[in-house]
Amino acid sequence: MSGFADVVFNMNNLTATIRMATPIALAAMGGAFSERSGVVNIGLEGMMLAGAFCGVLGSHFTGSPWLGVLLAVVGGGLVGAVLAVFAIRLKADHVVTGVGINILASGATTWLMQVIWKRKGATDLVAGLGTWSVPGLRDIPMLGTVLGMHSPLVYISLILIVLGWVLMFRTPLGLRIRMTGEHPEAADTVGINVRAVQYFCVILSGCLAGLGGAYLSLAQLNWFSKDMSAGRGYMALAACIFGGWNPIGGLGASFLFSFTDAIQMRMQTAQIPLPVEIIQMIPYLLTILILAGAVVRSRPPAALGKHYEAGQAR
Amino acid sequence: MGLRGDVSRFAYSAVAVLLALLIGAVLIGASGYSVKEAYSNLLVGAFGGVYSLATTVVMSTPLLFTGLAVAFAFQCGLFNVGAEGQLYVGALTSAVVALALSGLPPALRVIMALAAGAGAGAALGFVPGYLKAKIGAHEVITTIMLNYIAISLTTFMVKAYFRDPGPVDQTVLLPPGSRLPELVPGTRVSLGIVVGILAVALLDRVIRGSVLGYEIQAVGRNPHAAEYGGVNVRARTIQAMMISGAVAGLAGSVEAMGTLYRFIPYFSPGYGFTGIAVAVIAGQSMWAVIPAAVLFGALQSGGQSMQLFAGIPMELMTMVQGLVILFVAAPTLGSMFLGLRLRSSEKGGGRA
Repeated sequence: MSGFADVVFNMNNLTATIRMATPIALAAMGGAFSERSGVVNIGLEGMMLAGAFCGVLGSHFTGSPWLGVLLAVVGGGLVGAVLAVFAIRLKADHVVTGVGINILASGATTWLMQVIWKRKGATDLVAGLGTWSVPGLRDIPMLGTVLGMHSPLVYISLILIVLGWVLMFRTPLGLRIRMTGEHPEAADTVGINVRAVQYFCVILSGCLAGLGGAYLSLAQLNWFSKDMSAGRGYMALAACIFGGWNPIGGLGASFLFSFTDAIQMRMQTAQIPLPVEIIQMIPYLLTILILAGAVVRSRPPAALGKHYEAGQAR
Repeated sequence: MGLRGDVSRFAYSAVAVLLALLIGAVLIGASGYSVKEAYSNLLVGAFGGVYSLATTVVMSTPLLFTGLAVAFAFQCGLFNVGAEGQLYVGALTSAVVALALSGLPPALRVIMALAAGAGAGAALGFVPGYLKAKIGAHEVITTIMLNYIAISLTTFMVKAYFRDPGPVDQTVLLPPGSRLPELVPGTRVSLGIVVGILAVALLDRVIRGSVLGYEIQAVGRNPHAAEYGGVNVRARTIQAMMISGAVAGLAGSVEAMGTLYRFIPYFSPGYGFTGIAVAVIAGQSMWAVIPAAVLFGALQSGGQSMQLFAGIPMELMTMVQGLVILFVAAPTLGSMFLGLRLRSSEKGGGRA
């Protein structure tokens, strides 16, 4: 049993947790913005996948991973725009649209991979982002090993998540966003452009999920593989709910999910007498358990998933 | 609703599919392939000759079940994205039961194995139903997580307990008496398609002719009103999800007993997800699941020969599916393209 304790209580788990939480936390923040404005976003998975693909595409053709990141943000945002047009303008069911987007993104990225790289499973290697070793931070004992050396996107994401929290809870725009999702009629009455707020939030959520996708393909790995988001978009949505539709709450939830994932991966390499398949189930089981526990205490935006026509307020 | 509503919806679905195929054609052309070669192979592969038609039916059979499962859950306002996982537990359970009961007469064996598969699917469907009803956990997330769990779990069960002592991780081949009989000799068209049509007929009766179906629909339209009207919303939610899970489980049973004759880990190319597209196209009608399943079965079998003979990746069909879901999900898009809403309101019809 001491082997088991070694696996769980290991500093490397914390380092791995931060690494694996980053893409989920970014997409969870995207989910928070989208849903706070009233639009359910099941499409995070597809937006993430599009981001992962566009990141590799950009890096492949320009040789610069940073241009890849930029393209990933744009690509994710474009997929977000598709959800926005269908959910807001065309009044399509948000959940059905999101699932359609995910299937479309899975097919489109794999198709393009085969057209461009003539490969079925994964693309060629591209230039990745590498890691930053932060002077000062890396020298602090304990904390330095956990936080000191990561992909630049990890640090950028942590900053973005704090900025996202400020935007949502400490600015007039954030107030408008939250009001739109709670009570679009009231928001409309006081002169808020409900549609514009929703478009902004849904496209922003696509950009953030796309950035999370770029992390998968340019920071964790240096290539794109078929369906590489592997359910992280859905986990992000669960993290968004568990985090109370709050970017920092979502980060906390992502840490929790990723910690189990880190342990899961360590268990696979360590000689733990449990079959791989059983170990692989742990993060998904935990997501269900946490979600089941979380929804008891949290309340979604009141007008989530509803359609609103400007001027509907009387 | 009514017949006119069904017809105009079906016309619109057909337009959505054509539109998706048109976009597909643009993508094929833009990627440097020949559109004519692609789509002629698609058509011939789906409908050109007995072998192609048989392949289309074989491909449509699991989609008939998964599409029906998703469509039935829709009636209760539930989105069952977990058909894929339910299919896996159904397939493994049926394969194991069909093997274990080899002493019984074949008819009894087959019926009991099918029932066991449906039961396993229902059991997996119970979990998201219960979590939704008692706690309010969104069924889309819980069913997706359960998909990963079910696929891992069945793989583990095969490796640990039911493995064929050969080089491959799979169960032993079912003896002939444990299989679903062939309907058309020489092809893999099995009795499964008949079971599927019976399931459609049964669920259509449940929805349109039973108190349970009426209450499930009431919950789907407005749970608060249903609650106020005395419907036990929680119980109906759990039951609807279990019935949906049972039907999705049967998709796996029929695959294992009628097509593969064993359980193989990771055998499904996403039947559960394509079932979503089938259900979205079928809309409110259980019977409409049949043509919708055949349509996607045809896209699948045609897509295979398109890949084989024209070298065009199958993923095109995945894209087409996604596009169809998007187009059908947006009712206003239809009225923009066709002016359908205008026409139906002139004739005094309701909402399609």
